[in-house]
Parts: sequence; C-alpha cells; structure tokens
Amino acid sequence: MPDAPLDALLAATGGAARPATGADAIAGVPARYVASPGSVAAAAAAVRVAAEHGLALVARGAGTKQGWGGPPRRLDLVLDTTRLTGVVEHEAGDLIAVVRAGTPVAELGAKLAAAGQQLALDLPLPGATVGGTVAVSTSGPRRLHYGTARDLLIGIQLVRPDGVLVRAGGKVVKNVAGYDLGKLLTGSYGTLGLIVECAFRLHPLPAATAVLRRHVHGPVEAGRLVAAVRAAQVVPSAVELDAPAGAEIELAVLLEGVPAGVTDRAAATARLLGVETVVGTAVPDWWAGYPWPAGGVGIKLTAALSGVPAVLAAAAAAPERHGVAVAVRGSAGAGVLYAGLPAGTGLAATIAVLADLRAATAGAGGHAVVLTAPPLLRDAVDLWGPIAGLDLMRRVKQQFDPDARFAPGRFVGGI
Amino acid sequence: MPTPTPSTMDNVPAGSAASTVDSPAVSTVDKTGAVIARLAARLRAELGTAQVISDRQELRTYECDGLAQYRVIPALVVLPRTGVECAATVRACAAAGVPFVARGSGTGLSGGALPHAEGVLIVTSRLRDIVEVAPDDERAVLEPGVINLAVTTAATPYGYYYAPDPSSQQICSIGGNVAENSGGAHCLKYGFTTNHVLGAEIVTPEGDLLRLGGRAPDAPGYDLLGAFVGSEGTLGIAVEVTVRLVRLPETVRTLLAGFPGTDAAGAATSAIIGAGVVPAAVEMMDALAIEAAEAAVHCGYPAGAGAVLIVELDGPAAEVDAQFEQVEALCRANGAGEIRIAADPAERALIWRGRKSAFAAVGRISPDYLVQDGVIPRTALPRVLRRIAEISAERGVRVANVFHAGDGNLHPLVLFDAAVPGQAAAAEETSAAILALCIEAGGSITGEHGVGVDKMKYMPDMYSTDDLTTMQLLRCAFDPAGLANPGKLFPTPRLCGEAPGRRGPHPLAGAGLAEVF
Repeated sequence: MPDAPLDALLAATGGAARPATGADAIAGVPARYVASPGSVAAAAAAVRVAAEHGLALVARGAGTKQGWGGPPRRLDLVLDTTRLTGVVEHEAGDLIAVVRAGTPVAELGAKLAAAGQQLALDLPLPGATVGGTVAVSTSGPRRLHYGTARDLLIGIQLVRPDGVLVRAGGKVVKNVAGYDLGKLLTGSYGTLGLIVECAFRLHPLPAATAVLRRHVHGPVEAGRLVAAVRAAQVVPSAVELDAPAGAEIELAVLLEGVPAGVTDRAAATARLLGVETVVGTAVPDWWAGYPWPAGGVGIKLTAALSGVPAVLAAAAAAPERHGVAVAVRGSAGAGVLYAGLPAGTGLAATIAVLADLRAATAGAGGHAVVLTAPPLLRDAVDLWGPIAGLDLMRRVKQQFDPDARFAPGRFVGGI
Repeated sequence: MPTPTPSTMDNVPAGSAASTVDSPAVSTVDKTGAVIARLAARLRAELGTAQVISDRQELRTYECDGLAQYRVIPALVVLPRTGVECAATVRACAAAGVPFVARGSGTGLSGGALPHAEGVLIVTSRLRDIVEVAPDDERAVLEPGVINLAVTTAATPYGYYYAPDPSSQQICSIGGNVAENSGGAHCLKYGFTTNHVLGAEIVTPEGDLLRLGGRAPDAPGYDLLGAFVGSEGTLGIAVEVTVRLVRLPETVRTLLAGFPGTDAAGAATSAIIGAGVVPAAVEMMDALAIEAAEAAVHCGYPAGAGAVLIVELDGPAAEVDAQFEQVEALCRANGAGEIRIAADPAERALIWRGRKSAFAAVGRISPDYLVQDGVIPRTALPRVLRRIAEISAERGVRVANVFHAGDGNLHPLVLFDAAVPGQAAAAEETSAAILALCIEAGGSITGEHGVGVDKMKYMPDMYSTDDLTTMQLLRCAFDPAGLANPGKLFPTPRLCGEAPGRRGPHPLAGAGLAEVF
C-alpha cells in the first residue's frame, strides 16, 4: 500500500526515513515515521513534508530527555537529528564554534579541548546532543561562573514549523542586531521549530583547578557556608551540594584559574569552610548528575540565594511529613537545585511533597518544576506549576506553529 | 563620562523613516489631532495635568535622543510616576490606536527613542527609585529611570556592583539599557545587559502589567525576558527591572601600552586572548583617536604611538598578578614600546580618561563626526583596519578608530565638516562602507548601539527576508496592533493580521509603511 508521507520523507532525506517501531515511541506515544536527515537542507525538506502532510513531530537527538515534559498530544514523525552532526566552524582565535544540532556535546568538547578551549556547559546526561541541550536548556555546576546555554549561544539556525530555514544572531559574541531568537528557542522544548545549528562563545580551559569538599550539618550551616564563599574574593566556578536522603549534606566548591591563583584561592576557601575541608583536584562522583534514580521523580527547584536553606529544609522534612525520602543536589551558589523522589513513590505522596516544595520555592521567589516522572504520575500531577506570562507564551506558539504540530503538549500549559 | 551628542548634524542626509512620518497628509493631521486631544484629556484625568505635555515648545525638547540627526516632535509627552501609570498610558494609547515610544535618558545612539510624530513619547525619568538592594541574593530591584551608575553606587557599600558599563553610564537609564541590551568596555568578561537582567515587570503593548523572570533563575516557560531585552522598545516597556549584582573584584590592574601601529596592537590582543587570559577589558585607539584625546583631556598617552592598547584585568589578587605579568610580556613581544602600569586608582582613571573621552574629543579636531558601531570577528581585526584605512584614503574622509578590541566591536569615528558641501554625504558613505566591511567579515551591523531608525536599512544585508519575518512573529505575539515603537528595527514592518478589538486603520498601514502580512 502506498504511503505518501513516507515516500515524501524518503525523497526529502535521500532515503533516510522509515516507518517507526515501538522503540521510537516518545514518552509512551507511538510515532508513524522516523526521518534522519543528514544535512540542514534535508532537515528543512523533511519539516516541509511534515507541514504539507499535517504531521505532528518531535525532534530527537540522543534521546536522553524524551521522558521530560508532557507526552506529545499527537505524534506522527520523530525527527532524528543524530545524522545532523559535525563542527561547521571552530575559530579558536575568536573563541567561537558553530556546530550542527545532532553533534554530541561531549564530541564537541573533545574537539575544542585539543585547542585548549571548551563550551562551558556541564552535561548532566552523558551523550546529550547540542540541539537537545539547547532545546531543554540543561545546565550544571559551572553555570555559576559561565552561565547557561542562553548565555553561551550567540547564533542559531532553525527550521520553522512551515519548513523555512532561518537564523538569528551570528557568530560574533557582541551583536544586538534584531531580536535574540536564540534565547526564545533555548529551553523551548522543541515547540517552536527544529534547531539545526548553533553558534557558541567558547572559553579557555583553565590551567589549574581545585575542589574543596566538606560535610555540613543541615540546611542552615550549608546556607551559611555557601554565603560565606559567595561573599569572599575566591570567585568560585561552582558551589555545589549533595544532600542524599537521610544522610549528611556534602558541599563542594570548584575553583579554576592559573596555578598560583588557584593555590591562593583554595587556601582562602579552606579557611572559610573550616578544618573539616578536604582539598583536592577531583570532583565528587555525584558532580553534575541528577539525584533521581531510573523510574523516580525528578524535580528542578529554583530559589533566590538567601532562600536556598528554606528549600533544603522543606526537602529534608519530607520523610517525616510524607514518608518520602527526598534527595537534593545542585548549585546552591546559583539558586538551582534538583530533587529526586525514589522509584515507586505513590501519587498522593508525590503530590504532597511537590506541594511543599512549591510552597518553599515560591517563598524564595522560585519554582518547582517536575522534569521527569513515571507515566502514571506524570499524567496526574501539574508538572510546571504556575507560569507567569502563559497567555503571551501561547501567542508566541500560535505565531510560530499555528497548527500546533511541533511537540504539542510537551511544554508549559500544554503548549 | 557623559555620552557625546554629535554636534550639528541636521544637514546629514537622513533618508530615514522619520522624514516619512513627519509629513502626513493634512486630513490625517486633523484626524490625528482630534485623537491626540482626546487621549491627552484622558491621560490628564488619569495621571494628572502635570504628567502630560502638549505644549509645542516643551515637546520640542524631546525631539531627538543621542543620535541628533534624526528629529521628530512627538504629538504628546507623558511622564508616568509609577508602573501603574505607565500601564494606564499604554492602555490609553492602545484604546485610541495611537503609537507610543518609550524614552529613558535619551542617550541612545541609534535613534531608538526617536519620537513618533503622531504618537506619545512615554518618558520614564520619573520612575527613578532603587526599590531594593539585596546583597544576600546578589540582586537589585530598580525602576527603569534609575541611572546605570547609581546601581553600582548603591551596591558598593555592600561590596557589589552592576557590571554592564556603557560609556554613558553616568546618565543613561536602566530601562534604556534593557531596551538596547547595552554593553560597555567590560562586557568582554562580564557579558551584556541581557546576562545581568534576571527579571522585569513590563507593560505589554496592550497595556497589561506582566512579570517575567524574577529573583530566582530559570523561570519555566519561554524565555520571554531574554527576547524582551534588546528589543528596542518594540515589545513593551520595562517598569521594574531585577538585575544581578557582581562582587567587586579584589584587585583591578590596568596597563596602557603604546604600539607602532594597529597591526601590532591587534596582534598583541590576539596573543593575550590566545594565551587563555580573559581580561576585563581590552580597548584600542589609533593615532588619530590618540591625537584627539590628547587635545581634549591631556591624558599623556605615549608620544608618537600609532596605537595604544588599554588592558585591564580584575579578580583575585594572586590570579590577576600572575596573568598581568603574562599580558605585559605579550605586549612587549608584539612590539609595545612604552608600557604604563597604573599604580593607583588615580592613574587608572587617567588611563581610562583618554579612552572614555575619545568620542567627545574628536569634536575638538573635527566640526562634525559620525559614530559607527560594527562588530567583526577578532581575528579579522588587522585586515579590516587596513581596509578602513584604504576606504578613508580613497574617499578623503578621516576616520579615527576607537574600539573594544577584545570582542571585535569597532567604533570608527568618521570626521567631516557639514559646512563644506559634499562632506556630510561622503562621511555617510564612508560609514556605510565600513559597515559593509563588518558584514562581509562575518560580523554584525551593531554591537551595542542598536538598530533603531539608523540601521534599519542595513538589516537586510545581515539577515534574509525570512529571518526578519521570523523575528516579527515575536513582534506579532507581543504587539499585534504594531503600536510599540513602530518604524524602528525592521525595514519592512509586517502586519499581524486582524488584531482583536482594534479600531480604525492600522497606524503603519495608514502611514503607508507596511503591507498586510
């Protein structure tokens, strides 16, 4: 039986399209087709086919975050970017790189390291691609010093839902010509278009690093020490903590710089943190990883810096209040933490813990967003919480994707 | 230092949107006059008589911003005292279908705050409260009329400062900084306004108050705040801004190095960046710019230098000391003659005085000048500077070069005498040729001054029609009626289809400026 969309996708991608299998389901929703364009032009052609045939699509890189956000409301096409790879340009003298979206971030990192440079983005989920990292805006410990994808992205090329290839920004770090659509696309969960190429500003790899670690006794002491490090002149690249359920909190501070400077700053930081401090060069094994197990619930918690202890305290109270062991980890020095609930946590308990965390983060000017959860929980809890400006966001979506074919339902408010 | 206002430049052929909107048909004027009169009455009732200016002479004081060759007298000026009053003003404009333009201190250099002849100019200078300085959160909450430098002044007692430092920082406002995504000499290390704004309360073009972002990072949903910053007043007006405060550095060290020419200074810059040093600032001036600065402020730059480089490092003392030695050695290795190291804050200020006065100083050696703002990849610096020199020689137009060498942001100053026939046009052409050079080198038509009215015509040289149309999708989401600062940023405004609740002809269509999209 002829399959017109598949034939068109095969033509658009030079044969790189196929019927979907069960393994291609996104968040449990089966797809009909998979297209794997090998070039930017083929990606645009595939999206045009989707537009012509009214296909709903979800972009997939390495697939590390397919369980994040809501399940797609409808799904016809998985647009696989893993053949859309390669560093298009690395101009070391300009500290910039242009890279195709399907390139694994780690692969880019290896190329840049050869020139003593880096894309200063931590990778909480190994294997993640550039496109997926930008589309979901994941970040890690060093965001404190380098910022996040929105701060490092200087140009973007995307395929609009109608199949038109456009770009915004450029490949120079300083540029205020036109709207910064790169920021709009960063963290948009694939709902506004297909990211095909990104230009980033780079940083030099540090010549020396030091890692200082110590255990602390509870949220108040953690907050006090984090504040002391932030207020000192040691310029940390990261101030992290790990609070496993039912165990002591560990603090870890990363310093980067020239050898003489790092030695000096490590000594100053050790004085602030106290005699229990261990100074080394290796980051702890929990570094830059999320604190939830497979099948658990992952929640992102944000807070003003002064509100971090209150958020930690709310998580620490969960076993007593709701019988749930909540592990917390993250960038205490930047006001971004992640909470993990064990696999098998029930719906009522999840909702109760989430309510406590939402109250605590709201009190600290932040949010509690469920990044990932098992299907039964995901369908029953409010993943995003209150969203300021949702009406305007819907209008943005309406302008870019009037037929709601790009990752429908994956994002805030069912966008 | 205050932003220099280019002196008498009325004779420069503008070819701008301003001249188009300045001469509407007579019947439109009468109709507009009645609409504006009703709007003025409503605003006087809602805000008070003193907040609304309609006297022609008073209106004239607002006819231009820092780019004085474009002048338009607004139909009405409103001076809201609160965010709520600002929202009321925008709501009244929206109801009447009248365009509005926001203005902070009016120091912008691209005509972004140029008034609309049939519109309302909303001036934020009375929204001048520092709402809160919260060092524990490393945040400050500000009204949009707060002066940039005042934020640092307020935060310094706590050991913090506000990093973005446009050269107009003594008089420019935070609201204007947000609209333009302002940079400054130190954005090489610290980033631009957009990297330092965590939250804002905005008035949407329909007059609604809306909070975007906040004191905590990563608000869920689209990064509308990221899109808003730098949108040049076309997506609404910020009435409260939450910014990041940065810890004052332990040490700041500054050196001034004289080089035989810009090639050597450029090579030194590349060597410093290539060595993995991230200076707080790297600034370059060429011989003509040095001559002007000397004449104006006697900054004592090395005599006979073909170029000077100012390199500033800041941070922890041990870190800065080690890298400062490296920078000094790299300058010498690349041909630096005299190197002067600031021994104290006074000497540091002296080094910076020459650089910061450069724009105004050029007024001493030339009756008139144009300030250009283009960006090139840093590695293209020697090639582009040689080409600028050739363009200058070919056209017989003098060009002084002052720029942020670290990030490739050029500010060529094109000198001319408007009293001499043909010179203004030659200067304009030279300036345009330099911009074309920036685009060809893979750079940008503006690094920090914005597009405004001045550079709309160059947008199609940098972006395709599809690129520009896509940007305007965002515009249509925020401002379907096209009332927020129309006639700026985009050379070909697109209409957004039927806007709900809007009455009368679309202002852009009425002015013959737009086609229906």
